[in-house]
Amino acid sequence: MSLPATRGSGRTGWSPGFLVKLVLIALVDALGVYAVLAAWGAGSWGILAAMVALLLVANWAYFSKRALPLKYILPGLAFLLVYQVYVVAYTGYVAFTNYGDGHNSTKEQAIEALLVQNERRVEGSPSSPLTVVADGDTLGFAIISPDGVVEAGTADQPLETVDGATVEAGRVTALPGYDVLEYAAVLERQQEVTELRVPVSSDPNEGSIRTQDARTGYVFTSTLEYDPASDTMTDTTTGVTYSPNDDGQFEAADGTTLPVGWRVLVGLDNFVTAFGDDRYAGPFGKILVWTFAFAVISVASTFLLGLFLAIAFNDTRLRGRRVYRTLVILPYAIPGFLAALLWSGLLNRSYGFVNEVLLGGAQIPWLTDPVLAKLAVLGVNLWLGFPYMFLICTGALQSLPTDVLEAAKIDGAGRWRTWRSITLPLLLVATAPLLISSFAFNFNNFTLIYMLTGGGPRFDDASVPLGHTDILISMVYSVSGLDGTAAKDYGLASALSIVIFVVVATISALAFRRTRSLEEIA
Amino acid sequence: MRRSILTAAALTATLALAACSSGAEEPAGEESAAPNGEGSTLTVWVDETRQAAVEDAAAGFEEATGAKVEVVLKNFEDIRPDFLAQVPTGKGPDITVGAHDWLGELTTNGVVAPIELGDTADAFEPVSVAAFTQDGQVYGLPYAVENIALIRNTELASEAPATWDDAIAAGKEAGTKYPLLIQTSTEGDPYTFYPLQTSFGAPVFEQNEDGSYKPELALGGEGGTAFAEWLAEQGEAGNLSTDVTYDIAVAAFAKGESPFIVGGPWMLEQFADLDLAIDPVPSAGGEPAQPFVGVAGFYVSAQSENALLANDFLVNYMATPEAQLALYEAGDRPPALIEAADTASEDPITAGFREVGADAVPMPSLPEMGAVWAYWGVTEAGIVSGKSDPAKAWDKMVADIQGEIG
Repeated sequence: MSLPATRGSGRTGWSPGFLVKLVLIALVDALGVYAVLAAWGAGSWGILAAMVALLLVANWAYFSKRALPLKYILPGLAFLLVYQVYVVAYTGYVAFTNYGDGHNSTKEQAIEALLVQNERRVEGSPSSPLTVVADGDTLGFAIISPDGVVEAGTADQPLETVDGATVEAGRVTALPGYDVLEYAAVLERQQEVTELRVPVSSDPNEGSIRTQDARTGYVFTSTLEYDPASDTMTDTTTGVTYSPNDDGQFEAADGTTLPVGWRVLVGLDNFVTAFGDDRYAGPFGKILVWTFAFAVISVASTFLLGLFLAIAFNDTRLRGRRVYRTLVILPYAIPGFLAALLWSGLLNRSYGFVNEVLLGGAQIPWLTDPVLAKLAVLGVNLWLGFPYMFLICTGALQSLPTDVLEAAKIDGAGRWRTWRSITLPLLLVATAPLLISSFAFNFNNFTLIYMLTGGGPRFDDASVPLGHTDILISMVYSVSGLDGTAAKDYGLASALSIVIFVVVATISALAFRRTRSLEEIA
Repeated sequence: MRRSILTAAALTATLALAACSSGAEEPAGEESAAPNGEGSTLTVWVDETRQAAVEDAAAGFEEATGAKVEVVLKNFEDIRPDFLAQVPTGKGPDITVGAHDWLGELTTNGVVAPIELGDTADAFEPVSVAAFTQDGQVYGLPYAVENIALIRNTELASEAPATWDDAIAAGKEAGTKYPLLIQTSTEGDPYTFYPLQTSFGAPVFEQNEDGSYKPELALGGEGGTAFAEWLAEQGEAGNLSTDVTYDIAVAAFAKGESPFIVGGPWMLEQFADLDLAIDPVPSAGGEPAQPFVGVAGFYVSAQSENALLANDFLVNYMATPEAQLALYEAGDRPPALIEAADTASEDPITAGFREVGADAVPMPSLPEMGAVWAYWGVTEAGIVSGKSDPAKAWDKMVADIQGEIG
């Protein structure tokens, strides 16, 4: 406090603090420059740009006199950008593309894949022992034909018989006019070798020799040809021409498409699909209602039970409170996905502990009856969630100001009146934001549903694989094929996630606004 | 001053992390870039069971070629999604282990390259190569064939049952808790139930002449209805129950609570102290009961920069009896290479599974199969538990799958 302001920020003079800052920033810069170079090397231009910007901002913030607040929040901001904003923005971007099965990659890779999938070995053609040779810089193949003749050629020079070749152990080891490549040299140019096609003759329809392992050659013909100039694919057997369409696929005039497509922007298509498929209309309504019911009841039940226990264990007359408190927190110590799995075993109709031991062999279909399954989900979530509420309520209760309580006592308020008018409002001020976050968490409590019931039992009247305990997020998982039941559609999944995000964000914002009125009491 | 240092330190950490993250990706980028002869590195994804066997084969390959093989351990469940996501970015492996029924999805997304087996193809069990064939192209090098069969506890039942009813009668005679065990669960288990379904003449898809599937559903019709009604009947009689999960079935069989269990070689570890015999799954509907065959193999990435090396490794080093036997010893599945399978068949259990597998059909690798799985099991479970009317539920299932496939 007594230090002059100029020294306080450590940016003038060669004070020890300034030196330390200089060293640290130098380290940061060194790391940053390394990252920039690494990004350059890997061709990741996005990362490169972000790193340069971040470095500039960091240097400016820590050496400028006018950026005091930024000095504190910059690290946090950087993390926010990387872990939140980027992820949300990327999800948003994917929601407008058709990324998914059949549209997994770029157009170049799709073309490559189509060409390679449609290059066939000529049926009944021989497999010939092959040697990679070079004519100067040009690569070529030397093969031994089935009747023992050595033939050689390059990409531009069809195969022709070469005399005077040395053959050892069924393989050409020396060839006049060509250099035989060693294995290491072949590996060095393996990309070229696998791409090399040596025509069998001057007639291109007879196919060409290619090799996949540089040891054996086969005659291949292509049934699909790509013309870069017109950007079209042509089927050489039928003559049909395919040109790229707006969905990221090659399409012929009659509407047939080639199997491998690529990622393109599709605008609002995913959102239209999300709400436009009438097979989903019925189940969607039911699932929406159940999701809200599940989230609200879960928050309410866990909060009430936690609060009750907190009050009970807060009473100084109770003996062994510490033991009880420890025991009550136990469910909180077990990972949620494990507990859900455990409960699904405990609730098995014939062999589960609950039916077999606790209920004396009753065959109660806890997880397979629509109503009971919902109760089971809520019950298990209560078991999982109340320790958390118990903890925060205990904390809040213990931090209540005793003077207010005493004042109420002096004013003659009864126990109930004190609790209702003083304890509960003060408690809610502390816990309301946590209740909202708990609501948001349960709204997307995928783990519990997935592990406990898998969304089942299925709707009998619906034609989609959804069930009575499915919530919105588990529905997204199923609808977009991430569980393997349909073709994967990351675009649709992202679009639905954004819809859920909007729902949760709206509710949370409204609820937070409401809690301000609580704060006024305090 | 102190605060300013603290923030600077935090920033250092931030940027260091950022640097690490991009730094960590960088070597991977270099790896798949410009191969340089002796320094070429082949990246292979394997799961834990296969790791040692692939590493042994890789050692021989490294010695012979001077190239380096990097074996990367992955969870088997992660391999398919990671392969699909990473190959397009150029960061995927050159080779990965996989199952043949991924093929449809992998080719639709253009992430696998065909492998020309050449004359080696004849050295493999025909069903294993057929399983990796699509549209006349082979996309994987098979190494193991797996299928289910009827596992019999010879102490409780001395003879192989010819039909389902024989098996139930023999099971009842044995006086055990269950006449026969077959995993069902509330979600259903159509994979395990498939031989029973085919015995009613209701395969899942129509087949082309060469045995490959076409995306036309065949599980409806008379055969399908008969199978559904049979399921309901057996459920009511208590021979099938949705309460029997995989764990319950295996534990009960290990305790000697049933003479029969329908299952695969992956169960054998738990039955180590029982005397077993492997029989075909008994027919319930009169026609032969054909289980699904799953073939495990290696795929080559379509974006591999070491395609030559990858193919050389697979065709010339993994298709050898030694390598295939090493994989067999690690995974207990009969090898796909006939010569290796013959050696492995000295074990009567392996021979039993192999014999049953000879009459089995490959599991369809069509992308449409996902939609079938989504409805199939739940419908079967609903019928077995008596919740739904068999014929109606089966017809609705066929219609729903058709709706999903489009």
